[in-house]
Formats: sequence, C-alpha cells, structure tokens
Amino acid sequence: MAGKPPVIGVLALQGDVREHEQVLDALDVAHRQVRLAGDLDGLDGLIIPGGESSVIDKLSRIFDSRDAVVSAIRGGMPVLGTCAGLILLADTLVGAIDGQQTFGGLPVTVERNAFGGQVESFETVIDMPTIGGEPVAAAFIRAPIIRDAGGADVLATLPNGDVVGVRFGNCVGISFHPEVIGETRVHRWWLDAVVTPAQR
Amino acid sequence: MAEKTVGTPLVKSGLAEMLKGGVIMDVVTADQAKIAEDAGAVAVMALERVPADIRSQGGVARMSDPDLIDQIIAAVSIPVMAKARIGHFVEAQVLQSLGVDYIDESEVLSPADYVNHIDKWPFTVPFVCGATNLGEALRRITEGAAMIRSKGEAGTGDVSEATKHIRTIKGEIAALSAKSDDELYVAAKELQAPYELVRQVARDKKLPVVLFVAGGVATPADAAMMMQLGADGVFVGSGIFKSGNPEARAKAIVQATTAYTDPAVIAQVSRGLGEAMVGINVSDVPAPHRLAERGW
Repeated sequence: MAGKPPVIGVLALQGDVREHEQVLDALDVAHRQVRLAGDLDGLDGLIIPGGESSVIDKLSRIFDSRDAVVSAIRGGMPVLGTCAGLILLADTLVGAIDGQQTFGGLPVTVERNAFGGQVESFETVIDMPTIGGEPVAAAFIRAPIIRDAGGADVLATLPNGDVVGVRFGNCVGISFHPEVIGETRVHRWWLDAVVTPAQR
Repeated sequence: MAEKTVGTPLVKSGLAEMLKGGVIMDVVTADQAKIAEDAGAVAVMALERVPADIRSQGGVARMSDPDLIDQIIAAVSIPVMAKARIGHFVEAQVLQSLGVDYIDESEVLSPADYVNHIDKWPFTVPFVCGATNLGEALRRITEGAAMIRSKGEAGTGDVSEATKHIRTIKGEIAALSAKSDDELYVAAKELQAPYELVRQVARDKKLPVVLFVAGGVATPADAAMMMQLGADGVFVGSGIFKSGNPEARAKAIVQATTAYTDPAVIAQVSRGLGEAMVGINVSDVPAPHRLAERGW
C-alpha cells in the first residue's frame, strides 16, 4: 500500500472538528468525518479533536462509535489527539466527572483543566525536538497536563517541566491546539512519522 | 524561553471553537449544573432566574450572587458562563475576578447602559453577545466579543424568533459574499460595521467567531432545526429546567444537536420526555417586553 495517499478521519461528535479539517486541507490530505462505528472503515489515521472530553465520551457511547474507536486504536490505527483528544487517549484520568471513560491507548496519567479556568488559557511557542525546526505555535485552552508520562515518549514540555505532548506507538497526544493557530507542522510530522509507516 | 500570553483574541475565540456542536444550558443552582453536566452539556450558564421567570416576575434583572457562581464553578468541570447586564463593565469585572470562563453580555438582564456596550478588549475572560442581524453581530465583534449567539426571544419556548435571527444572519452573510469588492464599502456603511471586518466576512462566508443560537429552543427538534439552519451550537435557557423532566430533556436535546440531520434519532430521543415548558407565543408578548430589542 506504500505510496497511496492516506485518508484521515476526524472524530466529529463535538468540538473543533473544522479547525483540524482546515489543517488537513492546508496539507492537501484527504479526510472525512467519523460519527458512527462504520465510518472508520478504510481510514489510515484518526484525529480526536479538542472539545469537552466528558461530552465526546458520552456521545461516543450513545452513538455506538466507542467500541470501534477503541478496537481501532488497539489494532494499531494511528491516532492524534489534541486537548480533549489527549484526555480521551489517556489510560488514567485525574479530575474526571463521575462515570467518565476514555478510549485509552496512551499509558499516561492526564489531569483535566490542569492550568485552571479560561482566564489561565494562553498562547505560547513550544520546542518539539522530535519534529525539529522552529518552536511550534500552541494555544492552551483550559488544557490538560500529562502528570505521569509512564512509558510514553515525551514530545513537548513547558519551561517548568510540565509534560504537554507524548507518543506511545501509534498514539500521539498533545495538551494544546496547533490547529486553532494555523500551525500545520505537528499534523505534518504525525502524518509522516506515524501514519505513513503504518501504511506499509 | 517562550512566554505565555493570556487573554489573546485567539485564546478567547478558541474556547468557543471547542464548544461547537454542543449545548449550553441555563442553570440557577449547583444541583442543576450537575444535572446539565451529566446530561452532556458543553457548558453551563449560571444565572439567578431563568428568562421565563424574569419575564413572569418582572423587576430589574442583574448579575447573579457571587456565592451562587462560586457554587456552580465548584460543582462542575465544564466551562461556566455567567451573565452581565449590557454595558455594565463592573459586573463584568466582578465575574472575571470570580473566575468564570465566559461572560454573556446579555439582553435577558436589564441593560445598565442604553448607549454603550462593554468594551470587551481589555478583559482576559472572553465574551459572548447576542445579535439579531449581521450588523449587530459585527458591532459586538468590533467591541471584542469572541462568540456570537443569535438572540431569539428568551423565556418564551417559542422558537420563531430564533429561526428569524439565524436565518437573517446567515442570509446577510450569503448576500455579502455575493457582492463584488467595490460594493463592500457601501455594505459596510449599511451594516454600520467596520469595512475590514465586512470584507473578511464576505471572503470567508462566515463570521470570524463561532455562532450559536439562543432564545426559545425547547425541544430536541428545535435544537436540530437550529443546527440545520447553520448554527455552530445551541443555548437552551428555560426550556430544560422549566420542563417536566429536565434530566431526560437535557440528554435528548444534546443527542439531537449531535445527530441533527437524522430524523430517526430525533424521533427516538423525543419520546417520553414529559411536558415541554408551557411557553408563550412571541406574538402575544407586547413589544416593550421583547428582550431581543435590547441592544443595538
């Protein structure tokens, strides 16, 4: 299958679906929205957007996409989660609401709303040595922090040492939103380093 | 090392982007806030009286008691919004100091200034404002609003004004984007909005911020209709906690907002919800009591 252009799914239950689609459009990568279990068929990768993690969790169970997403992740489908998407990929959560579940895939502990409320939300630039080049532009919006990266590779940290990006095999999760700031390099790297190798 | 910058326009409008596809519910107690969160609300709007009660009880409606807002912030992990009166910049300062996630400069409360809206740029916390048409939306964005909701007619359970306002805004955007460049100067004059912003909307065929619908949504079908008309999400005020079974209705409206193009799902979630809020036809509300006419 090498050389075939990838098709990426964007989980479209709630959240900043449009911004991820705009990044994929800018990178000239085909994509479609995923709501129901069958929507995952034939995809080469899945993006879990920002939004409210507790809401996306509930809707994934109500609309029966949860089991298919979980088994796709376990089966090795490349996944990129931003903010709520990172929360949904974490095996362990701090600050979850009663009954909140995650898809899992990242053997890490993530704390929701770890910076506080919206007045603590911020823009910055952040070094991502794995990606290389100039620091990437990042928006942290009521963002989570990875409190224990476990066995995952750390992709990004803040100056105070807080871990805000990890990779474990096919799963990449970051606390921040490159997509709302028009930053395309994180997606480009994920496509080249995680999605393309999995196609071979 | 890189600095953190809080309160940027992008961070303010960015939170609204995260709420897209969701339902924001009015709540007056911490218990209601928990019910809303458990039902799948993306955010709650903390206020002292829902619009239906403001309408029936009358009197001046103001910002909520800080104790109530503290209790609601403590009760939930989703974003908490709260209302300030139009032009009441000190209520907005207080709400920011309490740590709310969004301020609604709202016509549902009694206006504090009949000339000026709040200058929203100096605040770190973002603002959502109501609009009945494109010009009003662009004036609020010019003042710093990071999210727009069409006004509808709050506290009625009558969706007709919400329909009118979202159709008006969407229609005006479509008409604007059909204009040639040399027609946009007069369009800006007619919209009473800055030319640069008018040109941006004409080019992008959408507002530069998220557009939700509010004011009269009472049923799952109402919410789905607003989404089909192009809303990014829905505010539900009195429609949930003035109904017979708030838990079930809240969940149903959330599901219909997600599956808004699927009538079978909307039918399924509409079953057995008990009584909808009684409601009042907007045509029966005397003009001086129409909230949508507050703001300009």
